[in-house]
Amino acid sequence: MTVDRRRFLADATKYLLLTGAAAEAWPFVAEGRPAAAPGYDMARHWWAMFIDIEACIGCGLCVDACKRENDVPPEAHFSRTWVERYYIAPRDVAHPEAEDRPVVDSPDGGRHGFPEIHRAGAGAKSFFVPKLCNHCAHSPCVQVCPVGATFESPDGVVLVDKDWCLGCRYCVQACPYGCRYIDPRTNTVDKCTLCYHRITRGLTTACCEVCPTEARRLGDLKNPDDPIHELLRAHKVQVLKPNMATGAKVYYAGLDASVR
Amino acid sequence: MRESIRDAEHLFRLVLLFAAGLLLFLLVRALLVPVGFGELGHFRSGAIDDNRGRPLRYAGRAACAECHDDAASELAAGRHARIGCESCHGPLAAHAADPDAAAAMLPEATPLCVRCHEANLARPAGHPQVEPREHADGSACADCHRPHLPAV
Repeated sequence: MTVDRRRFLADATKYLLLTGAAAEAWPFVAEGRPAAAPGYDMARHWWAMFIDIEACIGCGLCVDACKRENDVPPEAHFSRTWVERYYIAPRDVAHPEAEDRPVVDSPDGGRHGFPEIHRAGAGAKSFFVPKLCNHCAHSPCVQVCPVGATFESPDGVVLVDKDWCLGCRYCVQACPYGCRYIDPRTNTVDKCTLCYHRITRGLTTACCEVCPTEARRLGDLKNPDDPIHELLRAHKVQVLKPNMATGAKVYYAGLDASVR
Repeated sequence: MRESIRDAEHLFRLVLLFAAGLLLFLLVRALLVPVGFGELGHFRSGAIDDNRGRPLRYAGRAACAECHDDAASELAAGRHARIGCESCHGPLAAHAADPDAAAAMLPEATPLCVRCHEANLARPAGHPQVEPREHADGSACADCHRPHLPAV
């Protein structure tokens, strides 16, 4: 086989950006026959996500990409992922004991970005928080499902069995993070699958693929070479609502205490 | 002794009733519980493959670089190196699978630039931000900046 410059660059890029296995699988994915790709072993993965709040610029590309990739209804209240903007007014020095009362908004889930509404003032604090299913290891939504239609997969992703879901909405109420909605087309529950169809083919999630600042990164905690280990080591990280002991696997760096 | 045999007849009916009940239960269970339920946990194991079966919309930057290595290496040289092709060009898995069947589109630059670079209090301070009206004076971003190599 002759290797010309174009082919060398293409292969080099492919192997640099994808893991070895993913690069092997890519030709099958490109041909539209992903199932024929070399095997994916669920027992060898444990998926998580790392979100750097200090890096999120609130462009909303992740929200848009998620809607397109997963065919999510366009309305904001059907969102598998969304971005919130927190605004915390300057502290009232006459009442320093008062709690921070953040103003949170998420116009259209942040899908089209965030028009500036707050004027920079001395002492005000504002930041973006991308949200999605936390893919809890001990998930409340799984525990309440009366028919076993939602479950934690062996590789750590909370999935829904759309053929088996009754649409009873118990899980929608049980999720402490508000990550579930009823799909109006099927009347069954829907949620972030961590792009299960992508990550099992060696690709990253749609939201991570389009994030321009690498504020979101998919990680495999069972892979010792995954950069997520270094990210979790180098940053002080926190999960949302740790007091609920959900075993959340979306790790936030730079998370403010006001975030709920 | 004789009386216990008479009892046995009653017991036999009872056992028959239970056996019929058990049979009915097993029959109904076989009809109602889906194939693969309980194999991996309290769920239908086939649901994992159902979730895997979705088609791709975003091909991923590695797929783009297979053909567009010139654009990819240009992008890699500048400050937009970390940005995926489809962040701006949109989902292109169909184009990656068959370039002739689905053409890639060239996005209008200015709204995309503004989406990330318009000044916003919530954005991290280190992120380059401008007030587009003051900064550009009405001209398009691409008049001065090239999206793949944004430095002027």
